[in-house]
Amino acid sequence: MADLHTVNKSPFEKNSLEAAIKFSQAGSAILLIEDGVYGAMKGTAAEGMVKDAMGDKKVYALKSDLMARAIKDDRLIDGIEVVDYAGFVDLVEANDKVQAWL
Amino acid sequence: MSDIKKFMYLNRRAPYGTIYAWESLEVVLIGAAFDQEVSLMFMDDGVFQLVKGSDTSASDMKNFLPTYRTLGDYGVRHMYVDKASLEARGLTSDDLIEVAWEDFETEEEVDNIVEPVDADQVAQLMAESEVVFSF
Repeated sequence: MADLHTVNKSPFEKNSLEAAIKFSQAGSAILLIEDGVYGAMKGTAAEGMVKDAMGDKKVYALKSDLMARAIKDDRLIDGIEVVDYAGFVDLVEANDKVQAWL
Repeated sequence: MSDIKKFMYLNRRAPYGTIYAWESLEVVLIGAAFDQEVSLMFMDDGVFQLVKGSDTSASDMKNFLPTYRTLGDYGVRHMYVDKASLEARGLTSDDLIEVAWEDFETEEEVDNIVEPVDADQVAQLMAESEVVFSF
C-alpha cells in the first residue's frame, strides 16, 4: 500500500508540487486539485518535473477543476489520469492515508 | 478633467483557487463609475484568468469570463498580458479571450484590447501609471 498526496497550489506560484514529488515514495499517487491542476498542463515550465515524477509515481488530476480552468484533454501531459469526485474517493480508499500539500 | 488619473490593476493570481481574481474584477467594475483611465495588467499566474473555454458547471463556482468580455464597456481601455508569463505556461495569445472596446460618444472601436507585451513594456506601463492596485 502507498499514500495519496494531494496538491492544491499552482506549481508556478508555490513549491507544493515540487515538495510532494520530492518527499513521496515510489508507488505513491499524486492527485492535483484546485490550482494544483495547472501542474498537469503540457508545454509549461513545470512539465519536465511532472514527467520525471511519473517514472515511479502515478499522477491524477480532478476533472471539475480542470474544466473550470479550461484545461482540455489535449492540453494534459500524456499519462495523467483524470478523475471525477467519485474517483477521488476511490483513490482515498485505495491508499493508506492522504497527505495534503498546501 | 485634470482629476482623471491613470489607474492600473495588476493581476498576478490564478482564477478560482483564491478570491484575488474575483476581487480585482469587482473593484474594476466599481471603479468604472469614477471615469478614470483604466488599464489591466496580467502577469505570472494572472494570465490564466484570460484563458478561454472555462467551464465551471461541475465545480459550483461562477464563471467570470463573460464578465471579463464586457470590461471594454466599463471603461477599461487596455488589457495587457506579459508575454514571458504566457510562454512559461505553454500559452499563446490564441488561447486568450478577446475583449472589444467602443467609445460610445466618438464611436471609435477596437476589436480586441487584450495585448501581449514584453517585460520592458510591462515596466514602462506600470511606471507611467499614477495608481497601481495589486491583486
